[in-house]
Parts: sequence; C-alpha cells; structure tokens
Amino acid sequence: MRCATPRRALAALVAAGALLMLSLEAHAQARDQIRIVGSSTVFPFTTAVAEQFGRSTPFRTPVVESTGTGGGIRLFCAGIGPQHPDIANASRRMTPAEFDSCQRNGVTEITEIPIGFDGIVVAVRRGGPRFGLTREQMWRALAREVPINGQWVRNPYTHWNQIDPSLPAQAIEIIGPPPTSGTRDSFNELMLSGGCANVPEVRAITDARERQTRCQSIREDGRFIEGGENDNLIVQRLATERHGLIGVFGFSYLDQNTDRLEGKPIDGVEPTYENIQSGRYPVSRSMFIYLKNAHVGVIPGLREFLQEYTSERAMSETGYLQTRGLIVLAPAAREAARAAAASLRPMGRPGT
Amino acid sequence: MTDAAALTPPAARPAGVPLSPHLSPRIAARRRGRHRAEMRFRLYGLAALSLCALALIVLLASLVWSGLSAFWQTHLRLEVEISTRHVDPTRPQAGDYGGMLRAALEARFPEVTSRADRRRLHALLSSGAEEDLRRMVTADPSLIGTRQRLWLLAGTDVDMAVKTGLSRVAQQIKEGAGVRLSERQLEWLERLSREGDLALRWNSRFFTAGDSRDPERVGVLGGLVGSLLTLLVCLALALPVGVAAAVYLEEFAPRNRFTALIEVNIANLAAVPSIVFGLLGLAVFLNAFGMPRSAPLVGGAVLALLSLPIIIIAARAALRAVPPSVREAALSLGASRMQVVTHHVLPLAMPGILTGTILALANALGETAPLLMIGMVAFIVDIPRDILSPATVLPVQIYMWASGAERGFVEKTAAGIMVLLAFMLSMNAAAILMRRRVERRW
Repeated sequence: MRCATPRRALAALVAAGALLMLSLEAHAQARDQIRIVGSSTVFPFTTAVAEQFGRSTPFRTPVVESTGTGGGIRLFCAGIGPQHPDIANASRRMTPAEFDSCQRNGVTEITEIPIGFDGIVVAVRRGGPRFGLTREQMWRALAREVPINGQWVRNPYTHWNQIDPSLPAQAIEIIGPPPTSGTRDSFNELMLSGGCANVPEVRAITDARERQTRCQSIREDGRFIEGGENDNLIVQRLATERHGLIGVFGFSYLDQNTDRLEGKPIDGVEPTYENIQSGRYPVSRSMFIYLKNAHVGVIPGLREFLQEYTSERAMSETGYLQTRGLIVLAPAAREAARAAAASLRPMGRPGT
Repeated sequence: MTDAAALTPPAARPAGVPLSPHLSPRIAARRRGRHRAEMRFRLYGLAALSLCALALIVLLASLVWSGLSAFWQTHLRLEVEISTRHVDPTRPQAGDYGGMLRAALEARFPEVTSRADRRRLHALLSSGAEEDLRRMVTADPSLIGTRQRLWLLAGTDVDMAVKTGLSRVAQQIKEGAGVRLSERQLEWLERLSREGDLALRWNSRFFTAGDSRDPERVGVLGGLVGSLLTLLVCLALALPVGVAAAVYLEEFAPRNRFTALIEVNIANLAAVPSIVFGLLGLAVFLNAFGMPRSAPLVGGAVLALLSLPIIIIAARAALRAVPPSVREAALSLGASRMQVVTHHVLPLAMPGILTGTILALANALGETAPLLMIGMVAFIVDIPRDILSPATVLPVQIYMWASGAERGFVEKTAAGIMVLLAFMLSMNAAAILMRRRVERRW
C-alpha cells in the first residue's frame, strides 16, 4: 500500500519542490532581519544590543553568529546583497589585506565604529599567595626556549622563583586559551611579544618572523595547559583546583567571578576596569564593529541598530554593556563613535 | 584467585578430589583452570558493564545536581501601581513599565534616596520583569489604574545569591571576597525574604521563551523548535532517498564492479567527519543554490547527507534479512518485481529500517559541527516559524550557554542538556512504538 499510487506521490513531491523553490526565491529577494557575524569576544555585547533592539523597536531581533574575527570579516567582505551579512564584529582592527578583499568584492564603503576595550587577565583562585607578575616573567614562564647566558635553551623553569628570586617557590602551572581562539592571538601579541620585546637576546634578532616565533612559541612540556575555547572552563578549573594554578582569560569572566578569583597585577598594574579603560593595563585591545554602507536603506533597521549600539544607555559607564563586562570608551571617544554611526562616513584603508 | 574457584557453580570441588574416577589429576587441574578462566571472563564483562553504568550515573547525577535549580527562578513580590501616569490606557503597548517598576521598588524601600543606592535597588529586578508587565497589561488593559501585588522576575545576580544562600553570601562579603551584590542589596533581599516576598518559583519561561543574553530570561523553545524542524527536513529527505537507494542496491542492482564500488563508498561515507558535510552544505546549498543562512531547511539537508549512509546500510541489512523464500513465493504466484518489493519485502523489512533511521536521527540531533558552517550557530531570539526562518538547534543552544560569562548560565546549560536528553528519549520512545506497530512475524 505504500507505493500504491506512485504517480500521485511523485506529483505531490514535484509540487512541494516547486513551492519550496518559489518561497526560497521570495526569501532571497528580501531580508527583513539584520545579520551579524564575527568575533566571539564581541559576541556577548552585540547580542545584548541585538536583544534590546529587538525588544524595544518594531524591527526583528538581529541574528548574530559567532564565527571569529577572521571568519566573520571574510563572510562580510564576500559581497553586497541580502545573502551577505550586514555587520561584522571584530576584536581587532580590519587588516589592509581584508580591506582590499572587501574592495575587490564590491564592498567599497565600510563604516568602522569602535565600541570599547577588552582586557586579558591573569588570575588565580582567591586566598593563595599574592604576587604580581611582569610580562617578561610571564613570557619566561611560558616560552618554549629561553635565553640563558646568551644561549637559547629549552625552557628549564619549573618554579616561579627560578625566574625571579622575589617570586614565591610555586610550581609554574598556567591554563589558557588554545591557538584557535582570538583571546590567544591577543595574548600572544600583547603579553608574550610585549614581554620579550626588552630581552636583549630577542632584540638581537633582526628577522621579524624569527623574532615572532621566538616570542610566541609556547612550551609543550605540560606546564601550559590549553583550557579549551570556552573561558568558563578555565574559570571553573581555577575555582575548584588547588592553589598555584594560574589562568589566562578575558576580563569579563573575571568580572563575573570576583567572589572566587582574583586578577594578578601585570607590570604593577591591577587588571581593573579603570586601568584597562585608561590604557594603563598593558594587555588590552580595542573592539570594533564594521557596517556595510550599501545595505543601509535596503535591510531595515541598520541605522537604528547602530544608534542603539552607540547610545549612552548601551555603551556608557552606566549602560547595559558595561554590566556585561565591556570596558567602555572615554566620553569623547563615545561621542566620536556616535558621530560615525550617524554620518556613516566610510573608513579609509587601515594603516595608511 | 582461590575465591574465584570457590564461587564456581557445582563444578567446583575441593582441590585434588577427582570428579570422576576416569579423570586423571592433570585433566582435572586443566578443567579447574578453564572454569577459573571463564569466571574471570564473566567478571571482566560485569566490570565493563558497571563502569558504563557508573559513568552514566555520574553524568546524570552531575547534570541534575547543577541543573535542577534552573527550573526555579527567583521572584520578588511587589505592589505595583499601574497608574495612568506611566501608561496611556489607549496605547498600553507604549507604556513606561520600567518607570512603573522602579516606582514600586522605591515605594517598598522609601528610605533609599541616594542616586547610587537607587540604581542598586533597580538592579534587583530583571529586564524581563518589565516585559512581563507590559505583556500582562497589554493583554488586559482594564488593569490600568489598579494596584496589583505581583511576583516579578529578579535579576541573575539576585537569583544566584538566593540559590547560593543569602547567609553564605553575607559571609563571603564579610570575608572580603568580591561579590556581585553589595551589602545594601543583600540587606534588602534579606528583608524581602523575611516578609515572604522573595521566593523561588517555577520557571515556566524556560519552556516558552527563546534565547536571551540574560540567564534569568533564557528559554529552550527556540532550540527545541529549531531541532524539530531540522529533524523533520532531515527525515523527509533522508528516509525516502535512503530506502530507495537500499531497495535498488539490494533488489535490482546487478552484482558487478560498479555496484561494489558504490557499496564501499557508502560504507566510507558513514565514517566521514561531520564537519565535512557542513563544508559541503556551505558550498552547495548556500553558495551554489543561494539558500538562506541559518535556515532549518539547509540544516536538515546537511544532516540528511550525514544520516543517509547510516540509513542505507541499516535498510540494506534489513532487506537482506527477509528470507528469499518470501520473494520466491510471491514471484511464483505471478507478482511483478515491484509488487514483491512493495507488498512483501519492504513491509517485512520496515522495523529494521526504522531502527536504523532512529539511530541516524538521534545521531543527527546531537550534531553541531556541520551546522557551524551554515550559520546555525547563532544568537537567535525569535522562535523559528518555518523551515526558512533563522533557527538554531538544541545542542548549539547548550554550547552557547556554556560559553556565557554570567554565572547563571551554568545551571541553564545543565538544564538544557536535561531537556535535550528528554527530547531524545521521547523521540526514541515514539519510534519504538511505531516499530511495534509495523512489526510482523513470518
């Protein structure tokens, strides 16, 4: 009985297929929902704005994908039209190469809006011995090879006091993000490269690439543990394990867990909100969103979305993004961001 | 291993006593050795089984332990004046419900006057409370002008403090640990609690809402509906195609090099990592066909590709298990090849095919990797309405909560996993019932 009327079944199938194609066609023509892709670091903030925007305006809630900064900008730069995203989240500035690829695909006018800062913190469970670290000490503890008496040798340090006698005799054990995460990129750039910059043996290296390898290669003898893409796992490990384990993750996770964890001062600067905002804390970066100007007026609500994002109730010191761990811009910079969102002045090629 | 010998059923005898006079001592010793080996073998099996059971129990216990509290959410009871000052009776939708709630909080704690303290006071309530009130008044505008005692959703920091225990939080504050609530806020909460206006109430929102950035407002419905739509598309595509392919290969195809090659390829496809299917979906469905990103249609199509090999393999095994005598009998009575298949072989093979399909679908339900490529790993608040609207699936929803920084997401993650397990169980139960109905004996 299953296939008693195969002809009728076939006709129904064809009809269903045709209907689907038609509705697909209609779908591709118009999109009434903003689509956003990009950095997982910016994701919590953009989603918060998206939710607020969806609830407080007649527009539909934007769809936000967490693809990583690089992947997001690639999607963003793929072209103009409803099948391409309207906004890209980035935890770093767009590179000149990315900008060029955007231009080649017809995405010529892009508005760049800075939204705030993110800090990378080095934290431990509360109640252990308190000591600050410098970026150079962090690098010495983590590098695969370190210079000793002018010779590059495999990292021999097992305890912090071997690096600097003023540090306690505690075993080096650090848990941090894996190489696939954006936090790791920034950690490499800001903490490790920043830390090895003043080491004379590193300064003697003239080849920029070799210097980067020397600075950013992390030891693989078990002293550094990759904690997984999810910063929460690192937080949970830190909170439950014995003292001595040191974790590396984004500031917002420290901010949410101050009852269990405490941040270590880096180069003598505590990882506090104020220090990251003022730029005194050395391991912090800016975050941006990029808007495709050609989509304004085609996809409904883009202008209003940017207005919400740059409004005082979102990105000021008392705004709702700050309660989620965003380190907000200074008032003048916020004013500039608002102006950029209002004028949609296209950015020039970065770095020129 | 002496006790093992003692445990051995009747065969065990005190050492040295022959079983029968015909057994030489050497043979008897070997026999005892074989019995002991068998005993050990059984123990290994039992140990393996208990290990699995233990792992399952630990998993379920830890889930329930950390997730059960998510089904209850902290609420505050306040007397709210729904005054015309805040809302225009002709347009209840546009009222200032936030202002109304702030006024209610300040009326409850009239001694709070400083700006900073008032902000702390307002932070006790979730932004969801405002929306609930808006919905309530919009549905029933006659409430305007009345005073209502309402249970209102508390913010996640309050919720976490209540679930930790207010006295423990007070202790933490005293020890100088950074707590997300201030001492004043804790005082207010303690007062509310003493007066019976602070309670954990059943969190029905968890089953009726979509995603949110606030852990106290999240719900699984978006992911649940998304999973359902995606699986329906997957089933609609994979089952007919899979069965047709299996029937052709098993009943009609000639046995030659070419079909052998196809068979090997199908078996290989079943072992291909799922992310590869995601890349395929990105290249074919999105880039070549121009289908929308994040749509259950595309997700279902990708998962159908993923489950096809499993369904084909299971369906072929089920078809092969139908005895040839059934086919021969039908053919000898003059049935055509198609009639043999549709009237006799397929109905008999159906239970086996369904079992394979259930396994394949259960597998597909847990997939996230292929969906990443086609944009289904996304923050989507609206509940999907059809197979073209943006959607996400349950495992993705769980993954995204697991990466949320707010502490409240920890319990929501575990609760989401419980819902996923329940969904999978009910899906399997339904399939087993269906299989029972089509099962036939021969």
